Amino acid sequence: MNAYPHRHLLGIEGLSPLEISFLLDQSDSYVEKSRSNDRKSTLLRGRTVINLFFENSTRTRTSFELAGKRLGADVINMTVAASSVAKGETLIDTAMTLNAMHVDVLVVRHADSGAAKLLSEKVNCAVINAGDGAHEHPTQALLDALTIRRRKGRLDGLLVAICGDVVHSRVARSNIHLLNTMGAHVRLVAPRTLIPSKAENLGVEVHHNMKEGLKDADIVMMLRIQNERMKGNFIPSIREYFHFFGLDYEKLSVTKPDALIMHPGPMNRGVEIDSDLADDVERSLIREQVEMGVAVRTACLEVLTNNLGGLA
Amino acid sequence: MSVLAPGKIAYVNARLLDPASGLDAKGSLLSDGEQIVAFGPDMAIPADAQTIDCRGACLAPGLVDMRVQICEPGEEHKETLLTAGEAAVAGGVTSMVCLPNTNPVIDDVATVEFVARRARKNGLAKVYPYAAATKELEGKELAEIGMLAEAGALGFTDGTKAIRSAQMMKRLLSYAATFGVMIVQHPEEPSMAENGVMNEGELATRLGLSGISPQAEAIMLERDMRLVAMTGGRYHAAHVSTRDGVDIIRRAKARGLTVTCDTAPPYFALNELAVSDYRTFSKLSPPLRSEECRLAVVEGLKDGTIDAIASDHTPQDQDSKRLPFAQAEFGGVGLETLLTVTLELYHNGVLSLLQVIDRLSHGPAKLLGLAAGRLQAGAAADLVIFDPDRAGRVNPANFRSKSKNSPFDGRPIQGRVLRTVVDGRSVFVADD
Repeated sequence: MNAYPHRHLLGIEGLSPLEISFLLDQSDSYVEKSRSNDRKSTLLRGRTVINLFFENSTRTRTSFELAGKRLGADVINMTVAASSVAKGETLIDTAMTLNAMHVDVLVVRHADSGAAKLLSEKVNCAVINAGDGAHEHPTQALLDALTIRRRKGRLDGLLVAICGDVVHSRVARSNIHLLNTMGAHVRLVAPRTLIPSKAENLGVEVHHNMKEGLKDADIVMMLRIQNERMKGNFIPSIREYFHFFGLDYEKLSVTKPDALIMHPGPMNRGVEIDSDLADDVERSLIREQVEMGVAVRTACLEVLTNNLGGLA
Repeated sequence: MSVLAPGKIAYVNARLLDPASGLDAKGSLLSDGEQIVAFGPDMAIPADAQTIDCRGACLAPGLVDMRVQICEPGEEHKETLLTAGEAAVAGGVTSMVCLPNTNPVIDDVATVEFVARRARKNGLAKVYPYAAATKELEGKELAEIGMLAEAGALGFTDGTKAIRSAQMMKRLLSYAATFGVMIVQHPEEPSMAENGVMNEGELATRLGLSGISPQAEAIMLERDMRLVAMTGGRYHAAHVSTRDGVDIIRRAKARGLTVTCDTAPPYFALNELAVSDYRTFSKLSPPLRSEECRLAVVEGLKDGTIDAIASDHTPQDQDSKRLPFAQAEFGGVGLETLLTVTLELYHNGVLSLLQVIDRLSHGPAKLLGLAAGRLQAGAAADLVIFDPDRAGRVNPANFRSKSKNSPFDGRPIQGRVLRTVVDGRSVFVADD
């Protein structure tokens, strides 16, 4: 049964609890498979997946590449450096070019919000948004949800604190939509300069003090601080940021005793998270998130390719 | 100066003034060690207490001066923590807040602690720093506001420079609100003040001096009020000097914005005519304004729009002032004339004596979040004893301050500080 009747996966906002649960269930079935020695299937034999990355990425791109290859698809990585864009080809030109090559799935990352949607309107294939600006990163939210669901057995009723640079974060936005849709309670914790305007209208509680924001949390999600972009504008310094908003054992002491820590990576040790804490296997889910990433992306490629057959 | 060791001290025969509780009555006050123990009209005097007879003079909480340039570290030839401390207590000031525009700038925890430690050693008026709002006061990068606040900075300001960029002011207000601390603005649109040396208008035209329009203040305040409304930040406008400026703050308060402001004695006691013979001691920043603006500032003090009166103490050495008007530095010293010049508002029937003391002590202490500025059992015995009527004349030669650049030089005054007490110790006693 296919409970995800869409051609693309552009974002979490607007998806129903049923659709999200379906994608998570499908993903779950791939976890065991990728742990076995028989990881390869032929479900996508003859299909072409292009990873079209306008922004640097290691883990997301590798994870989509592995997912495609394990399903037997031909996977091509295109990293479009800024210089090629400078040659004058617009995003739509690129889309038209790729469309003419009869691609089945286009996995797109772009620094501009809305880029994946724009591409999806111009091509016949399925588009997966692998991150567009500060808008959405749906597969990250799905892998986070899968990680939580496997450890806590549910999403419903959990208290999740998302901490750090929310204003620039697509991961935060996708997670807020997913967690709210699935009945979790979301808090944002950051200095006011890192909370976007009217954030409370997204159905979250906003806090500016870590201990208040982390109180009784089940899950603490840390976001990456981009040093180069931050310095002096949004926060005064890394040491001040870590002092007030960096996650360490002391700040973590107010959460539920079994609270778990997540981070979408790549981490800045000593900036948003204490190094020992990041490596603490009792508390940190960071490595597990990466593993779930492959499973989620495998499931998404399979579901969307199946839909192509029916919809094309 | 006689320094009494704190023990039990009874100040008798005083007119007690406490604006926080509205107390204005004849009575006595007892301190023990560093603290006030009791006060009131019928207070019993313990037999073992040393007695100080106030002879009917006023006894009020020590003044809290929320805007002082101390010049140490960096310009010790103009003023030091010691000379500023001596000037402060001679003026009845027991707590003062210094600006961060020193050299080095007060923009790190170490400098905040340096100032606090040095001032403590002197044992005179208590010194609390504002720290820089932006690193090096350059208006480009946020200073470490959270850590500086933890270290004791009472507020954040770029000193005598306005925070020019609207985006920076927005981020400052937001970021500071994270820690519940206030941003103090020098409300003057910098591009309109460039090259200006006095108030813009007829007098500037006659004198051939370039002017700074009163609108420079209004434009900056209007902009900032919008940013306060947007961010919910805590904002304080320093030395408001214009009719429109007072009006903007009045309307902002009526709208419920988290805004306060202060002014300094020159802006209600003088107008631009004070510079008419190119008197550089009257060259201030913001400049002395028109009579209409002066009257609006008085009105603002009367209706409570202006929360506090600060000295805006700005020491300058002789070489900085003995220059053609346009080349001379801005600023005047004010610690030692703060109370006496402000008492003119009482003598002129504008404010009651309690209101005068409120604007000078309880008002600023409240908005700074300082436990000072009131008579209260258990509070520090920081007191001023003054005669509101004694006639005299401002004589900078007698100033304790290292710099003598007073815009009130030679002004006849009514009122005299007789004794100043910090933590139960008399740190200033008038000679006669």
